[in-house]
Amino acid sequence: MPESRNKFDLAIVGAGVTGASIARVLSAYKLRIAVLEKEADISFGVSKANSGIIHAGFHHKPSSLKAVLEVKGNAMFDGLQKELLFPFKRVGILVTAFSYEEMKAVEKLYDQGIENGVPGLEIVNRDRIIGMEPVLNRDVVGGLYAPTGGIIEPYRFVFALMESAVKNGVSLFRNFEVIKSRKHKTSYTIQAASGETIEARYVVNAAGLYADEVSRLFGAEEFEIIPRKGEEFILDRLAAAFPKHVLFPVPAEHSKGILVIPTVEGTMMIGPTANEIENKEDTATTRENLERVLSLARMMVPAISKMDIITSFAGNRPVLKDNDFYIEASGKAERLIQAAGIQSPGLTASPAIAEYVKGLLEKNGLSLVRREDYDPHITGPTPIRGSSPEEVDLLVGTDPAYGRVVCRCEEVSEKEIKEAINRGHTTLDGIKFYTRAGMGRCQGAFCTYKIIKLLIQELGILPEEITKRGGKSKVILRKL
Amino acid sequence: MKTNVYDAVVIGGGAAGMACACEMDSSGLKVAIVEREETLGGILLQCIHNGFGLHRFKEELTGPEYAERYIEKVENTSLDVFLSTTVVNIANEGEGYCVTGYSGSEGVLLFKTEAVVLAMGCRERNRGNIGIPGTRPSGILTAGLAQRLINMDGLVPGRRIVIAGSGDIGLIMARRLTWTGCEVLGVVEILPYASGITRNIVQCLKDFDIPLYLSHIISRIEGKDRVESVQVTPLQDGKPDISGSFPLECDTILLSVGLIPENELSRKASVKINHETGGAYVDAHYMTSQKGIFACGNVLHVHDIVDFVSEESVTCGRYVHQYVKHSLLDAAQYNVTPGANVKYVIPNSFIREAGRKFYLRSLIVKNDAELKVMLGEQTIIKKKLRHVQPSEMISFVLDNEAFPASLPIGDRMALEVSIH
Repeated sequence: MPESRNKFDLAIVGAGVTGASIARVLSAYKLRIAVLEKEADISFGVSKANSGIIHAGFHHKPSSLKAVLEVKGNAMFDGLQKELLFPFKRVGILVTAFSYEEMKAVEKLYDQGIENGVPGLEIVNRDRIIGMEPVLNRDVVGGLYAPTGGIIEPYRFVFALMESAVKNGVSLFRNFEVIKSRKHKTSYTIQAASGETIEARYVVNAAGLYADEVSRLFGAEEFEIIPRKGEEFILDRLAAAFPKHVLFPVPAEHSKGILVIPTVEGTMMIGPTANEIENKEDTATTRENLERVLSLARMMVPAISKMDIITSFAGNRPVLKDNDFYIEASGKAERLIQAAGIQSPGLTASPAIAEYVKGLLEKNGLSLVRREDYDPHITGPTPIRGSSPEEVDLLVGTDPAYGRVVCRCEEVSEKEIKEAINRGHTTLDGIKFYTRAGMGRCQGAFCTYKIIKLLIQELGILPEEITKRGGKSKVILRKL
Repeated sequence: MKTNVYDAVVIGGGAAGMACACEMDSSGLKVAIVEREETLGGILLQCIHNGFGLHRFKEELTGPEYAERYIEKVENTSLDVFLSTTVVNIANEGEGYCVTGYSGSEGVLLFKTEAVVLAMGCRERNRGNIGIPGTRPSGILTAGLAQRLINMDGLVPGRRIVIAGSGDIGLIMARRLTWTGCEVLGVVEILPYASGITRNIVQCLKDFDIPLYLSHIISRIEGKDRVESVQVTPLQDGKPDISGSFPLECDTILLSVGLIPENELSRKASVKINHETGGAYVDAHYMTSQKGIFACGNVLHVHDIVDFVSEESVTCGRYVHQYVKHSLLDAAQYNVTPGANVKYVIPNSFIREAGRKFYLRSLIVKNDAELKVMLGEQTIIKKKLRHVQPSEMISFVLDNEAFPASLPIGDRMALEVSIH
């Protein structure tokens, strides 16, 4: 086949954590790969509104695909972090029980976890759990400790995966909303809303909330993705009560419950709720859920204060009827692999999902030949937050922009903002997710105008062209 | 890393920092101002409306003009000014402090100093702080950010505007936006009275027929990419009355829902914070709980009029000078406590010395009120106040007449300030 710009061996629809993981794994092989993302930036769908937890693997039944891929995925994060430098820490998970009935449920979780192969699980008594986590409500009676549980910045993980994939030859198409496909003997023509088309021999459907629609577009299986909304609240990094571990209640049937999460970048998060909704685009927050989340979080950690809340957000989980992942070769559309229903623990499982999908592609005839020049490592700007003054002084020596603090709340330098822009994160949200500028307590009140100026300067665009997250989300409507 | 040695380092080059630093310079201290922006002046520079300086200069100035008076003053001193330098830490080093700053041109700067003055100002409360539910589209910004964008960068962030909260910046922006050709649909205030000063209600809303919805909240924000509308809901006995809700179609929401002294740096230095003000507890000399760290201006408590920021900061500067020269009045200090209907009183301690001034805020709205200051059981000041409201700061001076030397102070006696 002649190498044309728009001809690919594989097209991955969706640049969330699933699509990005698959792209990166396959970028190690001699393949022409396209990743098609409908949003202005990657990780802007399900993956951005996420609790950022690497689960240990005791929540799901041993028979489920979720359980298998969750435990396997969890174990892969240390290696990935060494190569991709994203924020990740194994702080451990504590499930907290507040009655003897709940302790029975904890025992079940323990047994399930052991069967799933979760390493290091322990049931802990009251004194031990309070010793491990002094901010806990003293009414706690005991719980489950899972040392392999961790915390991560989900969007940073996706950015890193995609950067690595692109470094190894993957083509990323932003603002490419797939609206049509035409099947040929050995390939598909895929058309975007903009009119742009590409051709690919194989297709992976990793379209998150829209996996059902994408499946239909390719003439593959009919199924329905039900959006299940989760609202979360972020607390200031100086909040009064900070847990060391991720704190879980004893889970309910369809949800892991309201959690108290020390985020990997030092803020704190409470949530998520779990409500099935009609509209996939509905990410509104509600007052009732704020009150509910607060009161449930305070059950575990009484010192949590409403005063410390700096922002809230909501995201929708892409849920299938049977609640499990759906990762299979399509029985109807040839050379199409479904990776649908990837909700919690999708982030944890994503590295294993990618390997699993690779296996399915190979089984369906895609030949995998290793690239000799594959480089798994990426580099990025060093964040000044968390660097010592000595380190910052050296960084300023390499580039004065490191010494100019743009975001005071999260301590982000101009260098980091410029790097974000030059790596293709050209919306305010994209820059925020890459650098954390605007994520802190002032929520951008002080740094937004500086970021606007840097966007104008780096990209040579007009102020009216700047958006919050692409589309019609303009920030400046006109000049004076 | 370069190290500089000073008697005092002032963090922040706005109204408070400049006034305090000039005072210290005039008394002969070696002082540095460390300012994160490219110029001195702080938030005054974006306040291009007038009304500044009536108390301090007996004339009406714009914010930049008021700032300019002090910038010129600073230029005529021997003060060292470090611009574009962000302070990231204050470390206690036994006898003094080490202040760490980041600068693009200088790298990391260390300031060894005997005294530190906190003058970092305040930040605006945001949507998360007040928990407005709904979507998170583009077009939601704080009034101060809008002010900055329009007045300094010439960038207009909206067309049809709803303002949440009736703080002064929001009121000023209602007028400013109207002048730029935007339509301001209303100001929505949760309280039964305005949060801004009366002058601004009249000059910025009434003169432009902009509705002020008192006892109303924005109960929901709608819109996917850009704000499309808000639901405005009246409060009935403090609870939202959904039946009275009405939508306002708009593309922009400005938040003017209060200011918070920006004390994260202070907290890193273990300075004790007063929850009523959001600022540090300060003694009779404006010294915080950390010996040698002082605070003045909006980082201490949010002022409504800049003239009082300057006044307070000069006073603070005088005490820092005395501290460095070891000449602070070494007399017993007693607590100042807010009594009935008083939110807070600054400073939090007093000392027997004539002419000490106090600043306070009322918790009530009342005409023909009375300020009462009691020392133990004895009333030492009774002062008629024509009108009190939470948004307008009140002050009084403790002079010899009110507090004659013959009046004894008991060991545990406190000064209680109340409004009736």
